[in-house]
Amino acid sequence: MEHFFFHTLAGSIVLIVLKTLALLVPVLVGIAYLTWLERKVLAAIMLRKGPNVVGPFGLMQPFADAVKMIFKETVIPAKANRVLFFIAPILVFTLSLIAWAVIPVNNGWAVANLNIGILYLLAISSLGVYGTLLAGWASNSKYSLLGAMRATAQMISYEVSIGLIIVSILLLVGSANLNDIVLAQRRIWFFLPMFPMFIIFFISCLAETNRPPFDFAVGESELVAGFFVEYSSMAFGLFFLAEYGNMILMSAIISILFLGGWLPPLDYVPFTWIPAPFWLIIKILFCLFCFIWVRSAFPRYRYDQLMRLGWKIFLPFSLIWVVLTAGFLMSTGIGIYGGAG
Amino acid sequence: MSEKLNNQVTNKAEEIKSEISKNMSRALSGDIHTINFGPQHPSAHGVLRVVMELEGEVVKRATPHIGLLHRGTEKLLEHKAYHKGLPYFDRLDYASPMSEEHVYVLATEKLLGVEVPDRAKWIRVLFAEITRILNHLLNVTAMGLDCGAMTPALWAYEEREKLMEFYEGVSGARFHANYFRHGGVAKDLPSGMEDKIGKWVKDFPKLVDDIEGLLTENRIWKQRTVGIGICTTEDALSWGFSGPCLRASGVAWDLRRSQPYDNYDKVDFKIPVARQGDCYDRYLIRVVEMRESAKIIEQCLNKMKPGSIKTEDGKISPPRRKDMKHSMEALIHHFKLYSEGFHVPAGTTYTAVESPKGEFGVYLVADGGSKPYRCKIRPTGFSHLQALDELSHRYMLADMVAIIGSLDLVFGEVDR
Repeated sequence: MEHFFFHTLAGSIVLIVLKTLALLVPVLVGIAYLTWLERKVLAAIMLRKGPNVVGPFGLMQPFADAVKMIFKETVIPAKANRVLFFIAPILVFTLSLIAWAVIPVNNGWAVANLNIGILYLLAISSLGVYGTLLAGWASNSKYSLLGAMRATAQMISYEVSIGLIIVSILLLVGSANLNDIVLAQRRIWFFLPMFPMFIIFFISCLAETNRPPFDFAVGESELVAGFFVEYSSMAFGLFFLAEYGNMILMSAIISILFLGGWLPPLDYVPFTWIPAPFWLIIKILFCLFCFIWVRSAFPRYRYDQLMRLGWKIFLPFSLIWVVLTAGFLMSTGIGIYGGAG
Repeated sequence: MSEKLNNQVTNKAEEIKSEISKNMSRALSGDIHTINFGPQHPSAHGVLRVVMELEGEVVKRATPHIGLLHRGTEKLLEHKAYHKGLPYFDRLDYASPMSEEHVYVLATEKLLGVEVPDRAKWIRVLFAEITRILNHLLNVTAMGLDCGAMTPALWAYEEREKLMEFYEGVSGARFHANYFRHGGVAKDLPSGMEDKIGKWVKDFPKLVDDIEGLLTENRIWKQRTVGIGICTTEDALSWGFSGPCLRASGVAWDLRRSQPYDNYDKVDFKIPVARQGDCYDRYLIRVVEMRESAKIIEQCLNKMKPGSIKTEDGKISPPRRKDMKHSMEALIHHFKLYSEGFHVPAGTTYTAVESPKGEFGVYLVADGGSKPYRCKIRPTGFSHLQALDELSHRYMLADMVAIIGSLDLVFGEVDR
């Protein structure tokens, strides 16, 4: 058995497929239940009940939604570019899933334990812009186009500060491998020494995933639904799933970069009883809760205000932080963990 | 003479033509694009349609198109006996039904010259203020919703539900109450209603605090509203603004104070005034007004005494069911009232009330018959809406939404 999996081609392919499934199935279920969680949390904050009819506590609601969405008619606008119109949602959804390949859920447990994991993540998240852009362009509608323009400008501006924050983390760790980044946090999670960056990173993630208060690519009250206003049925569903997939992904990245990934808060007994992947899940859930909490508490920014925030505040601030980190490391000579920490 | 006129017309035509061709060439070169905002749009507050010319996201021109909710209310009123026309007023500004009833009732009473019992006046003031809170809760939080703040809207909806229960308690209808009557109100408050309202009004300021906690000092909210859609005092006066929109531009004008009707001269309340006239000021004015309304409600409850709730004049108010069993006269009155209606002496009046949105008036011409000869309604939102182009000029698309929200438009009233 061991020989089949590790030493034959067919076996290694089967192994990769199994690994991928083992990761993707929980992620997809997670996406489905994140929609339920969001509705429940929002409802609690707004003093409502939220979904409570379909199944106990409304737990079957995601499935009811999925069935509804699949059975709707796919409407294609007359003037749309049909090919691009369908490529866009597929692209967006695929990209939100393949990024999971490098996310480690335990020491060494990743579908692909890449040495340049973090670069891979950056590359994938930059590609996400294309889906949005294509969707807005191919729908051939003014509202979609405005939405796509906003989304593109926003995602690109925030990737810059995200990139710089990641650079300062790379300086601390000395490796671009996500596994190493988590291991380097065994002594102290990075959100403590890098607290301002943690906050900026969280806010940038909100912008990167088009979540409120930066959701004006979707801009419900101005652009109706922004870049996917012309989509219906499962094509719309894919955008929707991709948004939630990206939320979970971003929460996972926040947990790995700042909250010590799968590591328990203290390396002592009651904490170590809980298996490592569950710690990651708890942290992801915490981040997701914050995403939803922010949504309920804040009004939406205006497009130019977000740009100002991104380019004039976050960018200089994170740039200075990179210099400070590098200077600190060079002058004290500590913190060079040499890869695996 | 005619040649001169001809020349003028030709010049004007040339001017328009050149402007059109200029705009066309700019539109074709891609500088300006036109988008259709509404009538099916989440922030159009009903059926507003704005044709917007945008330069990128900057609004160059906004042309509101109205009339999609025109129901011919004014014409319908000419064919209805006075008391049958009353429900139409509920449906004009459907965010503040009783205030609209109030103006029709007052106008008719002025022509009739009837004396309204004191308790009825207090009840009307009480419910006019409940209506004000009902309207402002909706508007303030809907404006928040337009700017992306979801939670206050849901909190306000719960509170509105309680207010609608008061409506239901007195009139049987949660919304289109048809409660005010010419010469009083339809029924006395049911037993226990005063205590219920009194209890509610004590808790209400806490909800306003909560809503304010999410918005007033919120930096994003301030960025979205401060300095957006500024209307100067002169502009506000020349556009015919009234109500909170006018007071936000620095004019301390409130019909409840300047020409008090019913018992408004016997209650003590403050009129908030702001200076800048932007969306934030309009928002703040409404919030303060809600608190003041709560104080007025408390005073009403304290000063209200048991007594008659409509005029005893049998020609105007229907007899009691009990009397109809014994009194011939009562039976005749009932028959006359519900077949023909009461006659209003010939005359004209312009009567206005301070509705939650501003000055809501009725120009009523009576010809001595049982139906109005003409009933011109002065809508509040109409004059606010006509300033939309001016207010939104050079602001962004997202600001447009905030501006529309802050003007408090309801199309039942604008289109009539």
